[in-house]
Amino acid sequence: MLPAARFFPMGDKALIIKFGDRADPALTLHIAALARQLRESRPIGVRDVVPAYTTLALHYDPSAVGSGTTPYEALVASIEPWLKFQSSAALPAGQLIVIPVCYGGALGEDLPALAQRHNLSDAEVIDIHSAAGYRVALLGFVPGFAYLDGLDARLATPRRETPRAQVPAGSVAIGGSKTGVYPLATPGGWHIIGRTPLHLFQPDAMPPCLLNVGDTVRFVPISEQEFQAQATP
Amino acid sequence: MSISVLKPGMLSTLQDSGRHGFQHFGVPVSGAMDAFSHRLANLLVGNKSDEATLELTLRGPRLRFERDALIALCGADLTPAIDGVDVAQAKPLRVRAGAMLDFGAGLTGCRAYLAVHGGFAVPAVMGSRSTYERANIGGLHGRALREGDVLPIGHSQATPYPALASALAVSKMNFAAPKWAVNQHLEKLARTPQIVRIVAGRQWDAFAPAARDTLTSGEFRLAPDSDRMGCRLEGAALSVHGIEEMLSEAVSFGTIQIPRSGQPIVLMADRQTVGGYPKIAEVISVDLWLLAQLCPGERLRFELVSLAQAQALCLQREQEIVTIGEAVAKHLNE
Repeated sequence: MLPAARFFPMGDKALIIKFGDRADPALTLHIAALARQLRESRPIGVRDVVPAYTTLALHYDPSAVGSGTTPYEALVASIEPWLKFQSSAALPAGQLIVIPVCYGGALGEDLPALAQRHNLSDAEVIDIHSAAGYRVALLGFVPGFAYLDGLDARLATPRRETPRAQVPAGSVAIGGSKTGVYPLATPGGWHIIGRTPLHLFQPDAMPPCLLNVGDTVRFVPISEQEFQAQATP
Repeated sequence: MSISVLKPGMLSTLQDSGRHGFQHFGVPVSGAMDAFSHRLANLLVGNKSDEATLELTLRGPRLRFERDALIALCGADLTPAIDGVDVAQAKPLRVRAGAMLDFGAGLTGCRAYLAVHGGFAVPAVMGSRSTYERANIGGLHGRALREGDVLPIGHSQATPYPALASALAVSKMNFAAPKWAVNQHLEKLARTPQIVRIVAGRQWDAFAPAARDTLTSGEFRLAPDSDRMGCRLEGAALSVHGIEEMLSEAVSFGTIQIPRSGQPIVLMADRQTVGGYPKIAEVISVDLWLLAQLCPGERLRFELVSLAQAQALCLQREQEIVTIGEAVAKHLNE
């Protein structure tokens, strides 16, 4: 069961629906499924449906959501009953995505320092990181960047004091209690422990992202030779 | 059938009304920073209001038309001139092949919009022609204009403003323009400090009264490191003391977030889709263009209104654009 939904305006063109105050993987998954269903039902005037840990945001066109009171109240009045009806609906399961990673070396230059910091060997960090199953909790930062839940507490590491000006695309990294893969070459403050040859964001594909909210992710270690063989521009 | 880029200007990117429907993939909406001026420019040349226009920033480009074209410039006054002759904004301009469009000093505002009849013929990415440089998508090759670029113009069956074409045929100049223009409210850009209206944000109540007071009665300046992602404001810092760490959630065009430094950041067209900073307020949508037109160092202050007022103003603005569109449509066949 979902906690009771509370509605909040976010400016004059968006609203946020909040489900409880506590982050919980099952809740996040439930919200992602709701977001998918809402998108498929194509509510008039709603342009974007954005799920997060405990919230669901609707970006809308105030001149298209129907009249009566204010556009905000009109939209809340149409979404609220829909939400009650949906809360017991079956959830479509996310996919399992396997991501090959070449850990350490030139492709994961922060691995030795991160291992040392936690009194682990490089191999132990790799074992721990690739043993877990991760859940895609949120997409953001840049297109296709997935915040992954489920990092072993032994690997949790505060962000770098000084972010790098450029992190190569495909870099697998740890930041705080999260792990993730940089889809694009961007500035970044997470610790880079390896790189995948996979493309996480392909603007011409549908869906454009390899990882979507609700998916489960596993990392599989590969050698540098295997990385080079699989890498494509 | 194109426009040649002889000089790119400071930052010239193609933008339309935005890449909607992809934010759940982490894809920013992008689009024109000043959507009002962008839409007016399109209406003036007989385009749909969501065609891509060229967003010009502070220092305009130098462009050569390789064929006759119908254009319009709206938004900031960056002193446009065709073959050295000053041209007016907010009206259609029929230009002859070979004409050179140049810009001088910026007089008012920060961003001008160049629309061309038929639109710019670049491929849409995820349903939009808006340039998002960070991911290299949309616009011309996913980036700002460079010297030597060629901007393709779309084909169109229609020939709006036939009288302008006749006037150009007998003119010694390389352009022809009508006497009329639309009201693009540029007088509002001259206000100092600029007044930008806001509504209370998600964490408004979590901020101490003193912090809210600083926001609504203090004066801010646009910091030089502001860009299409966000307007960074300098001024008295807002205390975030006692505000609990938040879980990341969606943000919007106009969200005012307060990072630990206490200096507000207003999220703009290229904003990320989600954020974790407390959101004290939201700029109302009809005033976003005022922020988009602020130059670094210019002053502003905020004025709190209700959500009902903000949405009424929003609907009123839509009606105003419809009215302008109808007025322009009457001239299109003249």
